[in-house]
Amino acid sequence: MAKDSIKLRAKDEGDGAITVKALITHEMETGARKDAKTGEVIPAHFIQEVVCEAGGKAVMTAMWSGGISKNPYLSFKFAGAKTGDSIKLTWTDNKGDSDSATATIG
Amino acid sequence: MTTEMKRRLFLKSSLAASTIGVAVGAGLLTPQAVLAAWKQEAFAAKEVNEALKALLGSDATENSDAIEVKAPDIAENGAVVPITVSTTIAGVKSIAIMAAGNPVPLIADFQLGEGAQAYVSTRIKMGKTGDVIGVVKTADKTFVNRKNVKVTIGGCGG
Repeated sequence: MAKDSIKLRAKDEGDGAITVKALITHEMETGARKDAKTGEVIPAHFIQEVVCEAGGKAVMTAMWSGGISKNPYLSFKFAGAKTGDSIKLTWTDNKGDSDSATATIG
Repeated sequence: MTTEMKRRLFLKSSLAASTIGVAVGAGLLTPQAVLAAWKQEAFAAKEVNEALKALLGSDATENSDAIEVKAPDIAENGAVVPITVSTTIAGVKSIAIMAAGNPVPLIADFQLGEGAQAYVSTRIKMGKTGDVIGVVKTADKTFVNRKNVKVTIGGCGG
């Protein structure tokens, strides 16, 4: 189980929406690359799902391919929460590994 | 368990924190259900139309200038191309990002939950110069807009 792989920030921008920004540490290996020395294909290892919950409900569910850059950045916006509320972001990759982080809306 | 207790347990030793984290995570949403939703076929499709059919059930789309696909005109590094897709169209259910020139065009699909706004921003890999397509789905229609991005150094590796 991965740990501490997510930097999560949530801010009330004052325009009725909370802006969430996340930076995740992950290889995001597509499975299409070959090792330069051995010629072997480097196995696919990428985040497939990212879910963000607020108030016990999923506000955003993302399905990804290895086409998302290494150490993925993600930002999105949602309404219906306020400063002091908390959000939770969870990712799961194609190997079944996962991690999650919570943040308080500031 | 009160939120305060949950938080204290979470902050405790890393082992306890990760165990609680898994328990809380499993309680709020079933990992099985979420993983079952990853659309294998859509993420294997080699052409945009194939990907649209596999992802949304149809490749019928309508161009819309109400979708803004923000991307650099020239990507210096094809491995990390910042893309933002946003739209003023109402009732958006999901936003997908495709790179027409990639071996597998579908890169991401964002399902918008309650209260989520039609705005997503991320960084993608682009193998070569081509269109980045923002696919916006409402209850009954699919809208698209695209932006051409010149890629100087391809980002798919190998």
